[in-house]
Amino acid sequence: MTITEILFWLLTVVALTGALLVVTSKNPVYSVLALIATFFAISGHYILLNAQFLAVVNLIVYAGAIMVLFLFVIMLMNLNTETEPQKNKWLKMAGTVAGGCLLLVLVAALRDADSKSTIALVNSGDTGLIENLGKLLFNEYVIPFEISSVLFLSAMVGAVVLGKKE
Amino acid sequence: MIQLAIDLAFILEKAILIGGIITVSLVVAMYSTWAERKVAGFMQDRLGPNRAGPFGLLQPLADGLKLFMKEEIIPNASNKFLFILGPGLAMMTAMMTSAVIPWGREIEVFGRTVSLQIADINIGILYIFAVLSMGVYGIMIGGWASNNKFSLLAALRGASQMISYELAMGLSIIALLMLTGSLSLKTIVEQQSAAGGWWNILYQPLGFLIFMVCAFAECNRTPFDLPEAENELNFGYHQEYSSMKLGFYLFAEYINMFMSSVLMATLYFGGYDIPFVNDAALVESMGTNNVAILQGLSLFAKAAFFIFFFMWVRWTIPRFRYDQLMHLGWKVMIPLALINMLITAVVVLIRQNGWPF
Repeated sequence: MTITEILFWLLTVVALTGALLVVTSKNPVYSVLALIATFFAISGHYILLNAQFLAVVNLIVYAGAIMVLFLFVIMLMNLNTETEPQKNKWLKMAGTVAGGCLLLVLVAALRDADSKSTIALVNSGDTGLIENLGKLLFNEYVIPFEISSVLFLSAMVGAVVLGKKE
Repeated sequence: MIQLAIDLAFILEKAILIGGIITVSLVVAMYSTWAERKVAGFMQDRLGPNRAGPFGLLQPLADGLKLFMKEEIIPNASNKFLFILGPGLAMMTAMMTSAVIPWGREIEVFGRTVSLQIADINIGILYIFAVLSMGVYGIMIGGWASNNKFSLLAALRGASQMISYELAMGLSIIALLMLTGSLSLKTIVEQQSAAGGWWNILYQPLGFLIFMVCAFAECNRTPFDLPEAENELNFGYHQEYSSMKLGFYLFAEYINMFMSSVLMATLYFGGYDIPFVNDAALVESMGTNNVAILQGLSLFAKAAFFIFFFMWVRWTIPRFRYDQLMHLGWKVMIPLALINMLITAVVVLIRQNGWPF
């Protein structure tokens, strides 16, 4: 095993443990913290693939901004295990079945995908470097990029409209 | 069989560098507390600490001893794990920024050329922003885990303040990045210290002003120290803390202050560049190591000035009200940063393509 492989397995274990803790922990604040740990592990995977920009942006946007808002909401609502209403037994069952169906579809879709034969460029690829990414985004994909920015703008306007007191 | 290809000398070199930089930052933060009281004393026409040692120089040691000796109290109703995690996170994120800052060009030890930067990654500035956004968690987790309404309110205040000012800070940096064309802090410093290169403050005065105001807000320093506003929220998010856990929070603030001072010097004031001197010519006449020492001193002198400026402002300007703070952040700083960005972009375009009309 090389250092890269050891790091890969370490990060995988952290990511999966974190993801499991998000679902299983009773305290919602712990869930959010576990999700942050998962994001860190995924960023580590990006760095192993030499996609530094993606790794850092994942941390800034998801772990740094969105999770803070999650924490805000959870802390202000003061969700405790005592106050949380008990869900209906049948609802839990239906949830399990629906989740199982989703898993089945995902596995089936991934089984036939051609990603099996694609080898990830570990440590040497340069598509994830910020210079190449920027050139690609602003030359080849400039129209989808601009359209997605309009989408964000509309979301922002919507938030302002909703938040405004009349 | 596990075979690890590890360059032992490389690891040793980096370990010594990390240890050295952390020690220096801790000592600087320690003496910032002393300097702050001295500056406060000077501004208020009194002496400041002068009992422990000559000029009160041993005062930080006495304070540290006091904090270590105090009783460690963990409130009964608090979340114990998170209560301890909070100050640890605050301290860790404060120290992590130092990894990408170039402290000098290079030194030669035992025939090896050692770069005085822990990691020269090509996304240096983004890394700093990532660490900065992690800094929110130390405050939020500590405030929430205390199980105290004042602490929680202060933590939420602190977090929203930091998130708001991060935006304007990022926008002011974008204008700088358009000029430098690189995210690596080393490259930015080298551009400024090259022969014929000017410090970025001359190109980006407005950007620097916005960056500095946002740095004050990010460090939770007066006039933006709303999270620990003692007259409305008792003691802020660290109200329930005692002993060295409180010390960690207070200390993290001073380390943050040091790091943002170094960052301001690096981005806008030439970093380790020695002013009015051609560094490359100096290397030939004095040797690499001597020049590295001078460069380090130059960076520290600039940082010391900014730390003094932080204190100067703290003891001169009263605290903002919370709505004024948000108004300044969202309605003044962000539009200003956007205008600055637009002007910079137009100038860069014209310089590249010529005047189109």
